Amino acid sequence: MTEDTKFHHGDAQAKKPIIRMVDIQKHFGSVIALAGVSFDLCSGECHCLLGDNGAGKSTFIKTMSGVHKPTAGEIFFEDRPMHFEDPRDAISAGIATVHQHLAMIPLMSVSRNFFMGNEPTRKVGGISFFDKKLADEITMEEMRKMGINLRGPDQAVGTLSGGERQTVAIARAVHFGAKILILDEPTSALGVRQTSNVLATIDKVRSQGVGVVFISHNVRHALAVGDRFTVLNRGKTLGTARRGEITPEELQDLMAGGQELAQLEGSLGGTV
Amino acid sequence: MSETVQSTAGGDERIKEISPLRRALIRPELGGMVGTVAVFTFFLLFAFDSGMFNSQGIMNWSIVSAQFMIIAVGACLLMIAGEFDLSVGSMIGFAGMMIAIFSVTLSWPVWMAILVTFALCVTIGALNGYIVVRTGLPSFIVTLAFLFILRGFTIYLPQTIERKTIIGGIKDVAEGDWLASIFGGKVFQGLFVWLGDNGLIETFSRGSREGQPVVDGIPMLLIWAIGLIIFGHVLLTKTKFGNWIFAAGGDAEAARNSGVPVNRVKVLMFMFTAFCATVFATCQVMEFGSAGADRGLLKEFEAIIAVVIGGALLTGGYGSVLGAALGALIFGVVQQGLFFAGVESSLFRVFLGVILLGAVILNTYIRRIITGER
Ligand SMILES: Nc1ncnc2c1ncn2[C@@H]1O[C@H](COP(=O)(O)OP(=O)(O)O)[C@@H](O)[C@H]1O
Ligand SMILES: [Mg+2]
Repeated sequence: MTEDTKFHHGDAQAKKPIIRMVDIQKHFGSVIALAGVSFDLCSGECHCLLGDNGAGKSTFIKTMSGVHKPTAGEIFFEDRPMHFEDPRDAISAGIATVHQHLAMIPLMSVSRNFFMGNEPTRKVGGISFFDKKLADEITMEEMRKMGINLRGPDQAVGTLSGGERQTVAIARAVHFGAKILILDEPTSALGVRQTSNVLATIDKVRSQGVGVVFISHNVRHALAVGDRFTVLNRGKTLGTARRGEITPEELQDLMAGGQELAQLEGSLGGTV
Repeated sequence: MSETVQSTAGGDERIKEISPLRRALIRPELGGMVGTVAVFTFFLLFAFDSGMFNSQGIMNWSIVSAQFMIIAVGACLLMIAGEFDLSVGSMIGFAGMMIAIFSVTLSWPVWMAILVTFALCVTIGALNGYIVVRTGLPSFIVTLAFLFILRGFTIYLPQTIERKTIIGGIKDVAEGDWLASIFGGKVFQGLFVWLGDNGLIETFSRGSREGQPVVDGIPMLLIWAIGLIIFGHVLLTKTKFGNWIFAAGGDAEAARNSGVPVNRVKVLMFMFTAFCATVFATCQVMEFGSAGADRGLLKEFEAIIAVVIGGALLTGGYGSVLGAALGALIFGVVQQGLFFAGVESSLFRVFLGVILLGAVILNTYIRRIITGER
């Protein structure tokens, strides 16, 4: 790797991070998906996690959201060591995740999806029932705020477009008052307008004091909203840079692991 | 790009208005509703005079349908949760046999025999579920193993203990037992006497029971069927747990990531299916007064067929208890109706196949409209 002074490992932060991940490793049998990744996140910032396909981005955030237990390494949440047994633990700690592929269940209605795992209840004669009316109202309201006009709260998620589904998932995460919002490649399947919608949403959420982890392999999307940028390559961090300290070209090179892309870019005339 | 039209504040002009009638009709139960209407129309036209629609006839197909309903409710919730139980039929035989062995061979009080059998069978259901969620094997295979294991025990145990495959004499030991009457008794007898006295239903015209109604009450089996349908429907559509059932079957991984305890939901549904099978078995044993090693054969498929006719998706995540109940009703009415109509009984299978195919095609069409599947 080239020595780049713009990159700092273990950057000293002015603000105290809400979550600190130290030297996280994750092995799947003989596959080493993460070989020691450190990362931190403050409230009200958007920390972008960049890297090519297979770099380990999804695996990393899954250790943060309780899906995977790290093979080694430590997680400090609000300065206390944390061990998430399952996603429920992470959710109740205030970590909301919009996963790359499996955010929504297409066969279920928007309102049932919205409240999945968090259903509001109402007691009738001592028995607790799913408060569908409340769930429907909130869902319609939140969707309207996000600019999605539903036919009704019973409309199945399968009838929505990819971008609309992504928006529902983000709206859901925000609604439940997360301290940390993790978005795993929310823009990679979206059109231009939908992408700018999602980026605008990230900006809005950040200004409300939520810490956002934004995963992407698109440098332009990351630079549009990111405060800090961490690049992963083959299960390792290549470094963290602040906004303004790095150019898109440098980020792009780093993601691809340096030279090869530079050569490729030459032959493609700078279109990548 | 698809997003060419700017959506306006009031509504989205790209969303087609759907007429209220169409909206009311497009529901998971529609296939079952259409099938029910078709089947009743058919038999009203072709078998009206056969006695199928007098009090005795109605009771006849109601009982058969209720039996299907009891196991269909369990199979329905389990299928929506994304799993199958092929051991239901064997479980029915096994549960009946255990009640007989406990109460007749071991002379336990019948209530105790029933309670212990319920505990045993629900535990086996939990074991089924536990193996499925732990190993990640398809429930199809795991419960197929239990289909053989339980049937094997159901034949082996009475043969070793009593040297026969049918154990009788349960009626005598169950006489006056409080719990036995909850499965084998009848209710609303007074109402039926009154109906008979007022000439609204048939009464015996000769013999020792002259003047008494031919149908003298509602068997508890029917009450269980209705109770389980209401329970299943409310659980599925009106509770938080119901949402978890849909989620677990729709996409287990997504549900887990959202904090739904998927494994717990699935194991509980296997237990509920076993519970339903045991209810079926207990009612049957109390009615016949005996337990046989061949009871419940093929019931798992009949339950699954009823559920699928009722609009559930075989791969999970979608379905309706009310639909499954209608599927069971169709099943029962067709089976008994052909008998009343004097149709060669082997044609029942032809009928069933045609209905199954028709219902599934209709259901798939409806489901695509609702869920936007392509
Ligand atoms: N559950 C798993 N079992 C085995 N290997 C896995 C598993 N999840 C991810 N991997 C491997 O870990 C590596 C990183 O994957 P992933 O985190 O999905 O990458 P990214 O999200 O950056 O594209 C890949 O080589 C992938 O094959
Ligand atoms: Mg990924």
